[in-house]
Amino acid sequence: MGSISLQHVKKSFGEVQIIPDISLDIKDGEFVVFVGPSGCGKSTLLRLIAGLEDTTSGTILLDGQDMTKAPPARRGLAMVFQSYALYPHMTVRDNIAFPLKMAKAPKEVIDQKVEYAARTLNLSSYLDRRPRALSGGQRQRVAIGRAIVREPKAFLFDEPLSNLDAALRVNMRLEITELHQQLKTTMIYVTHDQVEAMTMADRIVVLNAGNVEQFGSPLDLYKKPANRFVAGFIGSPRMNFVDGPEAAKHNAHSIGVRPEHFKLSRDPLANAWKGKVGVAEQLGSDTFLHVHVEGLGLMTIRTDGDQTFSHGDDVYLMPDPTRIYRFDAAGIAL
Amino acid sequence: MARNVSTGTKIGFTFAAWAIALLLFSPILWVLLTAFKTEAEAIANSPTFLPQNFTLENFSAVQDRSDYVKHATNSILVSVGSTLLGLAIGIPAAWAMAFAPTKRTKDVLMWMLSTKMMPAVGVLIPIYLIFRDLRLLDTVHGLTLIMTVINLPIIIWMLYTYFKEIPVDILEAARMDGAELYNEIVHVLVPMAVPGIASTLLLNVILAWNEAFWSITLTSGRAGTLTAFISSFSSPQGLFLAKLSAASLLAIAPILLMGWFSQKQLVRGLTFGAVK
Repeated sequence: MGSISLQHVKKSFGEVQIIPDISLDIKDGEFVVFVGPSGCGKSTLLRLIAGLEDTTSGTILLDGQDMTKAPPARRGLAMVFQSYALYPHMTVRDNIAFPLKMAKAPKEVIDQKVEYAARTLNLSSYLDRRPRALSGGQRQRVAIGRAIVREPKAFLFDEPLSNLDAALRVNMRLEITELHQQLKTTMIYVTHDQVEAMTMADRIVVLNAGNVEQFGSPLDLYKKPANRFVAGFIGSPRMNFVDGPEAAKHNAHSIGVRPEHFKLSRDPLANAWKGKVGVAEQLGSDTFLHVHVEGLGLMTIRTDGDQTFSHGDDVYLMPDPTRIYRFDAAGIAL
Repeated sequence: MARNVSTGTKIGFTFAAWAIALLLFSPILWVLLTAFKTEAEAIANSPTFLPQNFTLENFSAVQDRSDYVKHATNSILVSVGSTLLGLAIGIPAAWAMAFAPTKRTKDVLMWMLSTKMMPAVGVLIPIYLIFRDLRLLDTVHGLTLIMTVINLPIIIWMLYTYFKEIPVDILEAARMDGAELYNEIVHVLVPMAVPGIASTLLLNVILAWNEAFWSITLTSGRAGTLTAFISSFSSPQGLFLAKLSAASLLAIAPILLMGWFSQKQLVRGLTFGAVK
């Protein structure tokens, strides 16, 4: 069991309000990702759930039980830190066994669980090493091993992959997702990387300045962003926004079109936006074109990798009329 | 970046280093040499460098007049006891200041340090009277207590500095792993801070061992430490330099040896965190 419920949780550090008022319900077994730009309060929110920070007001329920004032040790949650936070003076075995020792588990149980965790995470041959003799990816696995042995109600991940190189990050992303499918334990994962959020989450919480902008499945967020912030944050490359008369034509204060929702042509199209190609980023599978559109500014267009454009080419852009997002003056989706 | 240093400069610096070291060591050397001289030789107007009539009688005279072993035992009890007691109080205190600071933590640290700025004699009368009323005068535990209190600011300051170097993430990980405060300190913080704790321990044993003011004023026969032992040789009957030297040598030898064997640890501890 591992349902987590936040009710009107607020957090200030002195005068500075980090989280004005958040209510969230996370279901048992769900993989929830908190995503948002730096300083949006996502790590603070995770630390509040962990008990590493005290709430200023509000209630945190774990499995329906009020844990707002409980110390981290009593909450039954496990956390994986960005810095791995392994105990440098202990071997891998002792690191993984530490939570079990703290829970006063019998030695046979500890050995058995450590062996199991080590096998699951491919760490069996490193059990007698110290953390400093391991690579970044191995250290992160030890941190995960330490978390899984205690069979927590939920796992909390605080940007666990940001210290790894790109290739390893993709691998670990898969491993964590697989782990979730195996264990079916609630996981909360904090990241600023929207690709991680989209690929891993059952549901995503988009945070901005301590507020929940939207809470929903990755595709919901992509297809039906609640506001301009979510529309701009989810999706890569980010959505193109247009204000002014062009938006007014659609009865909106501003409109947004994703880079992949354009029809692109070298020949003039009726009602199309005319522009000049600036930079063409060729990724092989795709090409991202940065097009200067007359009167509207710079737009990013995704096109297939076979198309070749060069700097200065004239192009015509036709947004897919069924996929134009409309926003009011406050940025709320219409 | 490698620096080119000429041989001449190297020789110069080596010579200067030796000169300074010898200058600092010379009083100890003089005590060492004088301890093996006769009294007459020791006070001679034109003193000789090496003992002309090598003798051990000063040592036996010292042992006859006053019980060296008893004083040495007291010194060990007081210095080790006060250091261990100080660490038992200082580790939790430094934990609180390093990992759970408040707005006033800096002030508390400064205030603790400021107690070291007051001359000890300033609190002699109240402490003497308290010790008299509590029957702590001339007791080993009384002296241990006062030694703990006077060295506690240094213990806390040193530990605080080392603890600040330890990433708080690791302590938080221990909390998440189910460690209560006691386990967090004993199983995670202390093992990680071993170099710092060891050098704090060594430095405080040395400080307590060499402390003279309180040992001399608060003890007499029973609980006297080696510093009281030495001072008893600067007697009203006149100065017996050779015997005083023998007593001093006996008093400093243990701590000198300890310092010699632990100098690596001390230097590492005192420069801990200077280079990351």
